[in-house]
Amino acid sequence: MLKIKNLHASVEDKEILKGINLEVNAGEVHAIMGPNGSGKSTLAAVIAGKEEFQITEGSVELEGENLEDSAPEDRAHKGIFMSFQYPVEIPGVSVTNFMKTAINESRKARGLEDMPANEMLKLIREKSELLEIDRKFLSRSLNEGFSGGEKKRNEIFQMAMLEPKLAILDETDSGLDIDALRIVANGVNKLKNKDNAVILITHYQRLLEYIVPDFVHVLHDGKIVKSGGKELAFELEEKGYDWLKNEAVV
Amino acid sequence: MDLKEKLISSFMAFESDVDLDHPVHDIRSMAIKNFERKGFPTKKEEAWKYTSLNGLQKIDFTIFPKETNALEYKDVKKYFLHEIDTYKIVFIDGIYSSYLSETTHDGVDICLMSSALTKPMYEAIIDVYFNKIASRDESLTTLNTAFSREGAYIYIPKNKMPKKPIEILHFATGNEATLLLQPRNLIIAEENAELQVIERHQSLTTNEVLTNSVTEIFAAKNAIVDYYKVQNNVGTASLIDNTYIDQKDKSVVKVHTFSFGGNLTRNNLNFYQNGEYIDSTLKGVTILGEKQHVDHCTLVHHKQPNCESHQDYKGIYGENSTGVFNGKIVVDKIAQKTDAFQQNNNILISDKATINSKPQLEIFADDVKCSHGCTIGQLDENALFYLRSRGIPKKEAQALLMYAFANNVLESVRIPELKTRINKLIANKLGVNLGFNL
Repeated sequence: MLKIKNLHASVEDKEILKGINLEVNAGEVHAIMGPNGSGKSTLAAVIAGKEEFQITEGSVELEGENLEDSAPEDRAHKGIFMSFQYPVEIPGVSVTNFMKTAINESRKARGLEDMPANEMLKLIREKSELLEIDRKFLSRSLNEGFSGGEKKRNEIFQMAMLEPKLAILDETDSGLDIDALRIVANGVNKLKNKDNAVILITHYQRLLEYIVPDFVHVLHDGKIVKSGGKELAFELEEKGYDWLKNEAVV
Repeated sequence: MDLKEKLISSFMAFESDVDLDHPVHDIRSMAIKNFERKGFPTKKEEAWKYTSLNGLQKIDFTIFPKETNALEYKDVKKYFLHEIDTYKIVFIDGIYSSYLSETTHDGVDICLMSSALTKPMYEAIIDVYFNKIASRDESLTTLNTAFSREGAYIYIPKNKMPKKPIEILHFATGNEATLLLQPRNLIIAEENAELQVIERHQSLTTNEVLTNSVTEIFAAKNAIVDYYKVQNNVGTASLIDNTYIDQKDKSVVKVHTFSFGGNLTRNNLNFYQNGEYIDSTLKGVTILGEKQHVDHCTLVHHKQPNCESHQDYKGIYGENSTGVFNGKIVVDKIAQKTDAFQQNNNILISDKATINSKPQLEIFADDVKCSHGCTIGQLDENALFYLRSRGIPKKEAQALLMYAFANNVLESVRIPELKTRINKLIANKLGVNLGFNL
């Protein structure tokens, strides 16, 4: 589904990604771990199409199509979703209205009519129940005055509504208490199927107890320095990142 | 002959048309002398540093339109808040249109300045209120005072409230190649009275129109006044709006100014707090494009203790548009416990757009809370990326962010149909259909 080949990316002439290779197939969950500043969030943003990052070498392909010239909204229409570490507040636009706009814009891009109102309401009801979201919450302004946990839960609610092929969850576990983490993880697990894929970006192993990855990759200084199965995450939790850094130098 | 000379010589013609023995005429004569002495303001004056009237003075404006014109309601319906029932005071090329209007004398007076200035029954009120709060010195106000004859006259007695909002509409038909309009409004809310007014100036052609309007508003003890100015005129229409508000104890006056169009618009909005526990609110949303120019020049004069004022102006400037925010707050020595707040936030969406934001605080009391802030920026790139990553195209995402930016100014609009209308105007102005009713 996603093929990243020798990806180099910079921001303001500073190279952050220094040759990433990664292949994610349908039905898989990949975890990308690594210390602060290793390039995890940059990798997520580059896949989602943030324009401030320049791809200087290599490529990102979704289902065989090079995404280089694709705008963030086009990538969303093709099925890429990124859950933000710091979701943005939009006063005056309710969660419901925001979702209606996002869904109908995606449909428009695929040549479909707007989703009928009753169908939309049904979908909203179904997905908000999945994330244990109160109905009142949906009429509040998007992310405005939301707690950290509410913001993250709302991100996964949006993911559930948009049903992406590839979901990238950027530090979705940060700032979540254990109950919120369980709800969010449960939501992700229920949405997971053989046709979609998830990339979990996280600093800690904690989230991986709830969403079990098929592969774990360790990112250090803009490169994947080690890949393995879910047991790698436990190893990291025990030993920290330092032994990998040393390994990378050797 | 330049415009100033033309106006001064026109005053003689004007005099042949009005009652020279009426006490108001002394006020007019004094005003024309003041205007003659001062002339039009120039950019040398601090308050006019960023707005030039030179271009307008070169136009040979018609001061007295020759004939009255009729308009069909269906042709101008869209400019009314037709979704709800309202009182209407309508003028076509400066002349009252009884056909399009709906006035009343049922417990309240919602009628014409020309009646108030000529009929004996109004003389006592005119004597107390007319030209009492308007500047006798500022040249454009004195120019209006000199030619004051027509406009809206609204008198709400103690404990009364009109059944519905009042719309004041001015249409210019283009029957004259150029037209200068000088409406004069007087609005009085007695103790405990309440009213809502919507004012709009609309040119229906591309002929040059200049409106120099003066509105005096008196809010007595506990009175509540909501005033909405909708400015969405064509590119050949200019407006100088001079509004003066006198507030007494515990009165609440809110003025919302929605500036979405017109060639040159200058809003001189002046609040005088002549009592205690007064609440004054000044809010504005400005969205400009093309070569439009809007200048918001506000004054809040805190003259008594324990009062509040809230100013919140948001501006979005595109293409070659220019904006000015000049907000002055004066707190007299006696006005302790004043709470004055001023905020002006602007977004420039074009490299060629300009905004000049200038807060001025003159505080002579020592136990006060005054805060002000102004920002000028672009749309937040990260917020834009967030919306686009959810599949919302760039243009719509920008519009959504701009809407969100302007939103809190609309929260205090108390007529729901007007709020919806302004929402739609904003969406229109931003050139997108947001796909749902905001």
